[in-house]
Amino acid sequence: MKKKTSEKAYRVPLFDRVFKPRTVTLPNGHTVQKPVSRTPFIAAIVIAIVLISAKVTEFDFGIIISRGYQLGYILGRIFQPNWSYFGGDPANTAKLFNALFDTIKMSIMGSVIGATLALPIAVLSSTNINKNKYVVWFLRILLMVIRTLPTLIIAKFAALIFGLGTFAGTVAIIIFTFGIIAKMMYESIETIEMGAFEAAESFGANKFQAFRTSAMPQILPTYLSYCLYSLEMNIRAAAILGYVGAGGLGILINEFIGWRDYESLGAVLLALFVVVLIIENTSQYLRKKLS
Amino acid sequence: MAKTKSLLRQDGPLSIEEAYASRPRLWWVYTLVILIVAALLGWSGTSITYNGLANKGISIAQGIGYGLLHPDTSLLFNLTPEGVPYQLLQTVAIAVLGTLIGGILAIPFSFLACDKIVPKPVALVFRAVILGIRTIPSLVWALVWIRVTGPNAFCGVVTESVCSIGMICKMYITAIEDIDTRILESLDAAGCNGFQKIRYGMLPQIIPNFISTVIYRFDINVKDATTLGIVGAGGIGAALIQCMNSSRWSMVGAYLSGMIILMIFIELFSTRVRTRLARG
Repeated sequence: MKKKTSEKAYRVPLFDRVFKPRTVTLPNGHTVQKPVSRTPFIAAIVIAIVLISAKVTEFDFGIIISRGYQLGYILGRIFQPNWSYFGGDPANTAKLFNALFDTIKMSIMGSVIGATLALPIAVLSSTNINKNKYVVWFLRILLMVIRTLPTLIIAKFAALIFGLGTFAGTVAIIIFTFGIIAKMMYESIETIEMGAFEAAESFGANKFQAFRTSAMPQILPTYLSYCLYSLEMNIRAAAILGYVGAGGLGILINEFIGWRDYESLGAVLLALFVVVLIIENTSQYLRKKLS
Repeated sequence: MAKTKSLLRQDGPLSIEEAYASRPRLWWVYTLVILIVAALLGWSGTSITYNGLANKGISIAQGIGYGLLHPDTSLLFNLTPEGVPYQLLQTVAIAVLGTLIGGILAIPFSFLACDKIVPKPVALVFRAVILGIRTIPSLVWALVWIRVTGPNAFCGVVTESVCSIGMICKMYITAIEDIDTRILESLDAAGCNGFQKIRYGMLPQIIPNFISTVIYRFDINVKDATTLGIVGAGGIGAALIQCMNSSRWSMVGAYLSGMIILMIFIELFSTRVRTRLARG
């Protein structure tokens, strides 16, 4: 079939060039082209990927069936937490609550510092405010690299450099929060209404003044809501950082699993559960107010 | 909260000076927020102390920098199971299977936890189960599952499957609640049976959402799978941590750079597929 010049703008996808679409003639004489369904093609790819993955990971469902009782046994003990950690034994209570407060402190400190550092970088990496393309792309690639690093690996590095303890965990959380908030913020800065910003600039305000007076009021609610959201995530993340020696509940989790003391592990998880629940609900309430 | 006065008076609009004088004044809100944040910071600062660099801290920092700039190329292009490509393949494989199984397991859970479909008490019970699953960190799940499967990549798959359920369910439930029921009613009026209603009325509405959720979760799971190796559940993390503990920085550099490149590719891929799904 010969193509008209007006149709040239539309490039036929590769798939339709390999598998020619079926031409159907309608009762009124018009012809329409029905492309071949892509579903079998995608399904074949997905099945191939799944088979390769199953081979690489030595997938063996039989193990779960034959040894699944182990999980029931462990979970059963986790769900009977050791209550001596909640006031029963002063030493244990102090141990648990110190670790719990360390975790909370690490995540609050890390979130606040990370979020503060993220704001100027987010402004510098949004294309509508910073016209310097090279700086924008440099910062964006930097942020992308930071976001790809798992928190535990950053925490491990920090623990090696700054020694074991809460400071290393705080550094890890700062870096993690920084990467996420900077990315979410430059995306929302790019969607702001630029009229007020340009007007302020045309009155002779410099970029900083224009941003403070005309862009800041627009992004402040979003920014605060992202900060709260990252605080929610950081509490969960901070809880396991201790596993690589960065302070907080993770140290206890590591200890109790090593000793197979699942009742105490249950107590730690229960404490974490309550804190996460409180912080998530408070933050969701505040975020609803902000929007 | 100070409200802006109406800009219109009986006798016409405000002058510029009057409008400026009646601008919203939120200074006390800002002061309150700053005070709260400062108080929290002061409290947090009490147990986070900077004790100087660790013994050999500077040489470790230099080592990390050196390793990232000079990755071990023989490891980077080594096709044996110790090499970076195989380790990355295993990490992705764990994430693929984990996400897929999690995505499938989440379907019954999310229908049972949606109070539009089942009675409220049932929905509440399932919501509590999902919340419980979500609260246990993935590392703890991995440590528990290791007792069942032994330390291998399969443990990672099982862990990812279970951990994914929580978040996937949350997003599935939103998708199910957003179903436009008028379509089902019109199919009913057209004389469709139950199966046809599900096939032509419900599936087209929820499937793009479900796939988009699963791909988003896949993105997270790959990142999670890189850390599961730390506890011995397969993936690149095990080798990475071993190299870090024994200060072989150029090998650390090779593993890290492989990981970074993989993560960037997966993020680009998932964003692309999800924008296509969203646009239809």
